[in-house]
This record gives sequence, C-alpha cells and structure tokens, in this order.
Amino acid sequence: MFFISRLKKFPIANHVILSILALIIILPVTILLFNSVKPKAEIGINPLGFPHEMRFQNYSDAFVKANYAKVFFNSFILVVGTLFLCIPLSGAAAFSLAVMKSGKRLTPLVGLYLLVGLSIPAQLYILPLFILWKFLHLNNSFLGLIIIYTALNAPFAVFLIRSYMLQLPQELFEAARIEGASNIQLFIKIAVPLSWPVFLTSGLIVALAVWNEFLFAVTFIYDDSIKPISTILFAFSDRFKNDYALISASAVMMALPMIILFVLFQRNFIVGLTSGSMKS
Amino acid sequence: MNNIRSEKVASWFFLSPILFIHFFVIAFPSILSLALCFTDWNGFGKIQFIGFQNFQELFSDRVFKKAVWHNLIWTIFFLTVPIAVALLGAFVLTGVKRFQLLYRFIFFFPYILASVVNCLIWKYLFHPKYGLNTFFDDLGITFFENSLLTQKETSLLAVGFVDAWHFWGFLVVIYITAMYQVDESLYEAAEIEGASKWQKFRYVTFPSIRPMFVFSILIIMIWSVPAFDYVYILTGGGPAYSSEVLANYLHFQAFRNMNVGYASAIGALMFVYVFIITGLFGLLRKLDWEI
Repeated sequence: MFFISRLKKFPIANHVILSILALIIILPVTILLFNSVKPKAEIGINPLGFPHEMRFQNYSDAFVKANYAKVFFNSFILVVGTLFLCIPLSGAAAFSLAVMKSGKRLTPLVGLYLLVGLSIPAQLYILPLFILWKFLHLNNSFLGLIIIYTALNAPFAVFLIRSYMLQLPQELFEAARIEGASNIQLFIKIAVPLSWPVFLTSGLIVALAVWNEFLFAVTFIYDDSIKPISTILFAFSDRFKNDYALISASAVMMALPMIILFVLFQRNFIVGLTSGSMKS
Repeated sequence: MNNIRSEKVASWFFLSPILFIHFFVIAFPSILSLALCFTDWNGFGKIQFIGFQNFQELFSDRVFKKAVWHNLIWTIFFLTVPIAVALLGAFVLTGVKRFQLLYRFIFFFPYILASVVNCLIWKYLFHPKYGLNTFFDDLGITFFENSLLTQKETSLLAVGFVDAWHFWGFLVVIYITAMYQVDESLYEAAEIEGASKWQKFRYVTFPSIRPMFVFSILIIMIWSVPAFDYVYILTGGGPAYSSEVLANYLHFQAFRNMNVGYASAIGALMFVYVFIITGLFGLLRKLDWEI
C-alpha cells in the first residue's frame, strides 16, 4: 500500500516521457558547452563527449579574434538605446489608453492599428524601409536600427503595459486629478511607480528580442565595426569554419547574458513572452 | 467643452510619439511596398508602372512556386509535430509535481537562445565528421552519414526541425497555462466514471483548452509565412532551392538582385495571405464558432 501511494506521488511513466523530452533539449546545449572548452585538436577525436582537457583560453581567444569587447558594446548600445526609446514611449501610450478618458475611447482604433501592424510580415516593408533609411542616412547606424527595434517591439510593449495599468485602482488617479495634478504628473508620479513590474517584464523581453535579432541587423548594418553580436557570430562561424572550439566559445558568450537574465527573472520572461503574444 | 478638447489633445500627446515611430517604420514602408509591387523599379532608376506583370512573372517563376510549396510543407510540419509533442509534454507535466518547474525551465530554454546560436548547435550536430553521425555510425545507423542540411531530400525538414526544437517549449507553456485553468471537478467526475488517461485528455482537457489550441494554430499559420532566420543561416535556401522559402527568396530578390518591384510583389502576396488568415479567424470568432 505504502509503495503504491509513493508511486502515485512520483509517476514513473510521466517522468520517463519528460526526461526524454528534456534530454533532447539538454544534450545539444551541453555538447556546445563541452566543445567550448575543448582544445581544437580534441574535437576531432572526441566530438560529443566530456572534455578530457579544459581549455578556457578558447574564450579569451574568441574575445580577441572577433574583437568581442567591441561587438558586445555594439549589442549593448542597441539594447540600451531601444529600451530608452521604446519603453517610456510605449508606457506613455499605454497610460493614455488605460487611464485617460478620451484615450480609453481610442483603444479600439489604436488597438486595431497595432494589430494590423503586427500581422504584416517584415518582408513586406523591409526593402522600402531600407531605401527610406538610406535616403535619411539612417542605415548602417545604431540610431537607425534602434528606431526600427523600437517600432517592432512597440505593439507588444503597449499591449502588455496597458493591460497592467488597467488593473491599477482608478480612484488613485481620480483623487490626484481633483487635487489638480496634470496628466504628466499622473503618469510619472503614480502610473510608472505602481507599474514597475510590467516595465521590468517588458524591458526584459525587449532586451532579449534586440539581443537575439538577426534579420534587421544583417540587413541594415554592414560595417563590421558596428555589427551586433548576432551577425558577427554568423560571419565568424563562416570565417573559422573548422575551429569549432572557437565558434562554440563565442556562441556561449553570446547566449550567456540572456541565460543569466532568464535564470534570474524566469517568471517575468515566461509570462511576458506568452501573455504578450496572446494579448496581441 | 474646452476641457474635453484639451483632454483629447493630451491623450494624443501621450499616444503619438510611439505611433509616429511605428507608422514611420512599418505602416508607411508597407504602403510604399504595396504600391511598388506594380512597378519594375530597381531601387535607382525611373519608376515605371507595369500593372500586374510582376505577379504574372511570379506565377511562372519556378523558384517562387517551389518556395510556396515549401512554406506549405513548413506550415503543415509545424501544425503537426511541435503541437503534438507540446500537447503531450504539457499534459504529462500537469501529472507531476516534483521537478515540474525544472522541466518547464528546460523546455522553454531554447526559446530564449538566439537563432544564430541554435543554428550553430545543430549545424555541428548534423556535421558528418563531428556530430551525431560519430555516435550513430558506431551503432550501424547510417542516417546521419551526410548532413541532413546538405541533401535535397531532407534539407527543408531538417531546418524545420531545428526551428521547431527551439519553438515548441513556447507551446508547452501556453498549453499548460490553459490546462491549469481546467475545472478540477471535471477530472474527479471522469475519475469516478473510470476514464482512462487518454479519455481524460480527449473529453476533459482538450475541450477545455480549445481556445488556446486554436490560438496556437493561428500563430503558427501566421508565423510560418515569414520564417527566415533558420533557413537563411542553416542552408540559405539550398541545396538547389530544396529549402527555399518565400522570405528567403524575397530577401534574395530584394538585396541581391535589387528587384524592388518583384520583391514587393512577393511581400504583398505574403501580406494578403496573413490578412486572410487573421480575418478568417476573427470572422469565425464573431460567428460564435466556439473557438
């Protein structure tokens, strides 16, 4: 009897299925991690197993050969720039839609506009945008890409922040209005401080999206010196085709900042990524 | 009266900056593109209106037809394999308490990795000299003898597999969220009736998560059309166009051949498809089709 009740608490069949699924994810990632610390020669002899010899120098080699300090800096600028542009402006728009009376009435219209925008495949507008950016001298520059990333992430951020601000107690705003507070004061002094969790969540998701973005980065930035990490890694994997140790170390370095953020803020990421796409 | 108007101005004051950027980057170029698809512009010279000629050319373009077909296969693949595995994973996950958060973390993990990183991982694993082949060859299995990415017969599905490997954890999370909202008493009733696990899934779980299921079908149908990263990075559409998809072909026409009009025509068709699918789902929902 005792055994059966134990079994119910730990359903073996379920764990077998889940472990198999988990291994399909874990093994490939682990192999990348192993390869990143193997000496180059070992990969030919021991391509999948645990490293016999650890060579952490791969990381510093990759750092030097691909000029990673600069590349990281480029990606960092893009992330921070997008956050500074996208999040406050999306927050302001969300505030208008969720709190202000005439803004609320605009919700269906603005919502529909952003929804149609979301369903447009990037390939439809990427070429005219490229020509437009060339005309405005915005292509091949951080600012140009930051503006694009801001637009791409805006619908998601607006929807997510708005749905949070809708749940704030409206009496707070009413009371402040009677006291004579302006809309800007309502936004900065009440809405933003109370909504910081959703600002954190949307900030994390936008940071992740910008850090990993490939299509616009590969299209709009063609000077090696200002390329972000995603396109550098792509070029790098071609240039050092046979040096898998070096490539693996660079890939791990690219993934690491986001893995750390994911471990720290797992809940924010999962809720933001899933509910964000559902709201839109 | 004045107050209402100033309130109106104020709400636009907060809305307009982000809407302006969004319009400038997405809406305006999209409209341009919808106009350019009726021209033969090459990005520099004179713009000439040529009516539907681009579309006529497209319909006799062998590569375009191939790409459409591949996008169809891609969509069907994503509608079956990842959805089935994710439903299984999510359903089984609801049956365990221990390690549940760990499993969820692992399943979702590839979704936060960059496409470039995921592609590097799998390009290596498909490499005949280093990857899976070194393991399976010893067991006498020759399936991985040549990289699946470099063979005409397998390249498309191999790319699809890598993309699905990264994507399916997302489905697990949205399904499991829905599954936890199912009324517990329904399961108890099924238990009393002596329902098997499959029957519980078929008659309790699945009907309850149907809205989320339909939602996942919708986003897969929409996201499968502009699929680009994995194809571009892993195969570039090759070998011999065997993994060519619309987005990659458009990118090639636009940025290699500078066929602005022609590329815009492809983009316009993609947009029309997405528009119809979204509209269809919206219509079904309006008609109370319980989806």
